[in-house]
Amino acid sequence: MISILDIIGPVMVGPSSSHTAGACRIGLFSRALLGGQPERALVELHGSFARTGQGHGTDRALAGGLLGFRPDDERLRDSLDLAGAAGLDLTFQNVKLRGEHHPNTARLTLTLGDRQVVVIGSSIGAGRIVITAIDDFPVEITGTLPTLVIVAADQPGAVAAITTTLAGQGGNIATIKVSRRQKGGHAIHIYELDEPVGPEALAALLDLPRVRTVRAIGRVDG
Amino acid sequence: MTGSLNEAVARAEAAGCSLGELALREEAAEGLRSREDLEGGLVRALQVMRGAVERGLPGDLRSVSGLVGGDAARLTRPAGPLAGTLFTEVLANALAVQEVNAAMGVIVAAPTAGGAGVLPGVLLGLERRGLAPESRLVRGLATAGLIGAVVATRASLSGAEGGCQAETGAAAAMAAGAGVEVLGGSPTVAAHAVALAMQGTLGLVCDPLGGLVEIPCVFRNATGAAIALAAVEMAMAGIEFPIPVDEVIDTMGEIGRSMDVRYRETAGGGLAATPTGRRLAKERLVQIKRSNTGS
Repeated sequence: MISILDIIGPVMVGPSSSHTAGACRIGLFSRALLGGQPERALVELHGSFARTGQGHGTDRALAGGLLGFRPDDERLRDSLDLAGAAGLDLTFQNVKLRGEHHPNTARLTLTLGDRQVVVIGSSIGAGRIVITAIDDFPVEITGTLPTLVIVAADQPGAVAAITTTLAGQGGNIATIKVSRRQKGGHAIHIYELDEPVGPEALAALLDLPRVRTVRAIGRVDG
Repeated sequence: MTGSLNEAVARAEAAGCSLGELALREEAAEGLRSREDLEGGLVRALQVMRGAVERGLPGDLRSVSGLVGGDAARLTRPAGPLAGTLFTEVLANALAVQEVNAAMGVIVAAPTAGGAGVLPGVLLGLERRGLAPESRLVRGLATAGLIGAVVATRASLSGAEGGCQAETGAAAAMAAGAGVEVLGGSPTVAAHAVALAMQGTLGLVCDPLGGLVEIPCVFRNATGAAIALAAVEMAMAGIEFPIPVDEVIDTMGEIGRSMDVRYRETAGGGLAATPTGRRLAKERLVQIKRSNTGS
């Protein structure tokens, strides 16, 4: 169902809902996945993001998202300058990513201390996004619901343990996706929830024996 | 929400309410958002639109590439035969919002950023003339939202899919219906205004220089607003468009699907592919790269 507010909105910094608002949301999602502001970010621009991204402020919007600015934040315009002051070391490269990708796609490699995440995200129109890969795991996340990204040992019972814990904490799951690169290694679990869960729920999930990392990412569409 | 504007008009006429009122009632009844949330969101949109017009009118902004800016201010100085009229104010408002958009200011995508000047152009012009109290403007935005949702469902709101007819064309259709709502016209009159506006933008291509939302986008918002105003004037005078509005919207979708890819936001055809268009785009993109490297 299309809402009146999907058509009369979003409120955003121009000039392009796909190249600016969507790019900002990819940055916001990636920052939340890392769990803080990156110290270093390699931003690789693909397709139309590479061709016309600078004129559309795509680079500034991605950098702004990494700084935690939302699409309607006027600081987006100056985010390349603000990044330096905030201790974010940014590198942009135009690339041609292998495989099939939407024309408006970026790959972000973010580092904070000993943590690193690699995210591929596409801006698919009207400011909507889809995250298509996290650390080489294929995913499909739109950021329109609170999302849990959990890396767990690929062993029987992992999903059951996680969903039981979530249910015990009052979290209602809208969608579940689990994927892995090889049998018996690690699997990535994506849980989209109706409402965000609190720190106790996250701690309980992290206590589960098979769970390695838990990241909670709020909606990026608001 | 509905996939048919003709059916929505019939329901509104049967219920004795306006199209905007119907849109608010029906979406609230779906249960995802309350009426309060919907109206709150529209009031905020209206405030951002007012802010964008105000920011753009003085004419001190330049776009990221430097290609556009300052033209809204030209229309605020009496010069042409329509200076000082609603018409000229509507043009100035539409240009102002798009100049703000091109300069990375805050706007409301309505339905997209590239078509964001048309709706505030018309509605805030009516407000300035004392023709539109805030409660009516909010219902006008709801009307525009309903029209846009039908266009998204039956055709497209994306220049990459349907050309500029799907962006400023759709925006003009939305603004025409919203204008009638604000002025107190019936749902049937609003539907004729939508059809009259959309027939005037059928086939319009999306051909931005360098792929940037600047030229001709800024000016297309002004001409789109002019078409919306013309449609409001005709519909309020009792002029009826003989093709039902749903069929006009379907026609826009059909034309968009058969439009060559050069005319769908790729900068491969139209004004973008003219010798001057290519030269300007090349010069400006080099300049943007330089200024970014320097910062």
